Amino acid sequence: MNILVVGLSHKTAPVEIREKIAFSPTAMGEPLRQMLALEAVNEGIIVSTCNRVELYATSRDPEQAIIQLRRFLADFHGLTYENIDEHLYDLHGEDAIRHVLRVSASLDSMIIGEPQILGQIKTAYGYASEFKTAGLILNRFMHKAFSVAKRVRTETAIASNAVSVSFAAVELARKIFSSLEDKTVMLIGAGEMCELAARHFINNGISEVLVTNRTFARAEKLAAEFNGRAVTFENFRDQLHQVDIVLSSTGAPDYILEAKKLTEVIKLRRNKPMFLIDIAVPRDIEPKANKIDNIYLYDVDDLQGVVQSNLKERKKEADKAEKIIEQEILQFYRWLSTLEVKPTIVALRQKLEGLRQAEVQKTLANLSADDKTAKSIDALTRALVNKILHQPTSILKDAQNRDDGNTYIDAVRTLFDLPAPVAENSAATDNVGQED
Amino acid sequence: MSIHIILFKTVLICYLTATVLYLLHVVARKEKPGRLARWVLLAGAIVQLIAFITQFIQVGHTPVTNLHESLSFFAWCLVVFFLFFDLRYRLSVMGAFSSALAVVTMLGSGIAPKTAEPLSPMLNSWWFPVHVSFAFLGNAAFALAFGAGVMYLLQDRMLKSKHFSALYYRLPSLDTLDNINYRALSFGFPLMTLGIITGAAWAESVWGTYWSWDPKETWALMTWFVYAALLHGRMSIGWRGRRAAIFAIIGFFCLVFTFLGVNLLLSGQHTFDALMGKPY
Repeated sequence: MNILVVGLSHKTAPVEIREKIAFSPTAMGEPLRQMLALEAVNEGIIVSTCNRVELYATSRDPEQAIIQLRRFLADFHGLTYENIDEHLYDLHGEDAIRHVLRVSASLDSMIIGEPQILGQIKTAYGYASEFKTAGLILNRFMHKAFSVAKRVRTETAIASNAVSVSFAAVELARKIFSSLEDKTVMLIGAGEMCELAARHFINNGISEVLVTNRTFARAEKLAAEFNGRAVTFENFRDQLHQVDIVLSSTGAPDYILEAKKLTEVIKLRRNKPMFLIDIAVPRDIEPKANKIDNIYLYDVDDLQGVVQSNLKERKKEADKAEKIIEQEILQFYRWLSTLEVKPTIVALRQKLEGLRQAEVQKTLANLSADDKTAKSIDALTRALVNKILHQPTSILKDAQNRDDGNTYIDAVRTLFDLPAPVAENSAATDNVGQED
Repeated sequence: MSIHIILFKTVLICYLTATVLYLLHVVARKEKPGRLARWVLLAGAIVQLIAFITQFIQVGHTPVTNLHESLSFFAWCLVVFFLFFDLRYRLSVMGAFSSALAVVTMLGSGIAPKTAEPLSPMLNSWWFPVHVSFAFLGNAAFALAFGAGVMYLLQDRMLKSKHFSALYYRLPSLDTLDNINYRALSFGFPLMTLGIITGAAWAESVWGTYWSWDPKETWALMTWFVYAALLHGRMSIGWRGRRAAIFAIIGFFCLVFTFLGVNLLLSGQHTFDALMGKPY
């Protein structure tokens, strides 16, 4: 049994293609039903987000299934296959497993570590459960993907540093002030980014908000929105010494805050640090101010730079995540290989034969029987085992041609406690060790 | 191997393990080693306390009379001070710094000659252990202030230049580092002052004079002035941040010189030579 992935993502297809191929979240039943109706496909899940559309499937005939799934994507949306062919990728076996694990752990996302993708895959799996298109393998596989994503999230710092400018400002403030709870922020001017950053600050516990604007009415309106206090534009400079964080984005052509003024302010503050964020272009605050002790001035480019270095840090963490995923692939593969028919039958026979021989020897040792009796006992037990195994064996042999065949194999493995080709138990203990 | 050597090595191993665990926590961001490190460090401190007590019983006086014992005692003070700070701040970077410094000090102590000579009668005064304890506890506090100061300067530089290395993500906030600097100073300064006063009282009881301007005393006084300036600056002129960090670093260098440099380069009644059998 093979796991397959067919689809496209932001890496292979422009938005014009992605939007045509996306599935509507309100009507997942029909496409799932049609996907499962494909001859070579045994199980199926459809993941559809704005950045990727992917089909996860299991099949005994991967080559055929891939062709059918590729066609299905075009046919279902009424597109000509040639138009989407070049954007599609397909993977099977280990590559497919790796891909799905990487996607759910957010390693394949446009912004590495973004948290939405896991939820989207969970939703996709929810539809597959609802319409009963996920079977034994995909059920187990998706739960594996969820637990790997969780492991990556807790064991690496992949999602820990801000990748948006406004949130990066909050994190910087934390590196300067540690706690934001008794801090005051002042908004100078208005602008979308400025307001967004202010909202982030408020959500992170800022105690007071001051708002100033050339048009005082606007300042009052914004102040009311933030539960803050409006200050007239003529007077804001006199209040600066009470302010820890300044968010500035006016349309002024010149600097509205000079380094000289800020030197005075910082003296008034007895050197308590100030964090100035200048989002305006042209800039509002004289860049020289950054040279003053205890003043930290960031303009838009600086914040972008912080975001870039945060992204780099995330990429480093992503390398750790890749290692975790390689371990988990191995573990999942072990389980998957237990679902092969032949080794299962062999293991089942070996198990019963072992039990038979042990019991025969025990009985003979107590019985002190002659050769003839011993042979009879041996023959009797052998016949019994063969008779018992006859029906299960033929059902197992038949299983590879049935849709629910894997369920039987898994059940036999569980009922008779058959060891996996490479014992799965040891894989489980490996895992416990790695969690340290 | 004497019991003393066994205990000494156990302590060294504890501190070394704690350093590695803290570094694992800080660099590789693993959770458990960080928690474990604290306990290993505590265990080391307890073993070292036992070592002091056994040594005290064996030689009959506070074991801080030669360089080996003094360095070892300083390491202990440092670890105890850090553990005390750790109750509030829980900072693994400081843990890594403190335990690493303790390891270095212990190694230095290991190299220094261990012979415990019979105590010269002038040291056999109850002022002596009091003087040394205050002085070393103060030094330990200043060592923490020094560590926080160095970290502050690094973090400040990165925030100003906007070039973040991997260290940026692992260091605490400027505010926290400045706070540690201040707290360590407010513990260290009174301790050092008491150390100097008790030293003077002891000198008076032995030599009949409070202050004889030997190099150690002069350097100690200079160091005291550096820290006094810093404390004054902090409390009344609003010094903080970078300037406070720089002062804490300068102060610590003076301190190290007072402790080691004076002994190794200059001579006077504080040198360990005088205490290691050679007549002074």
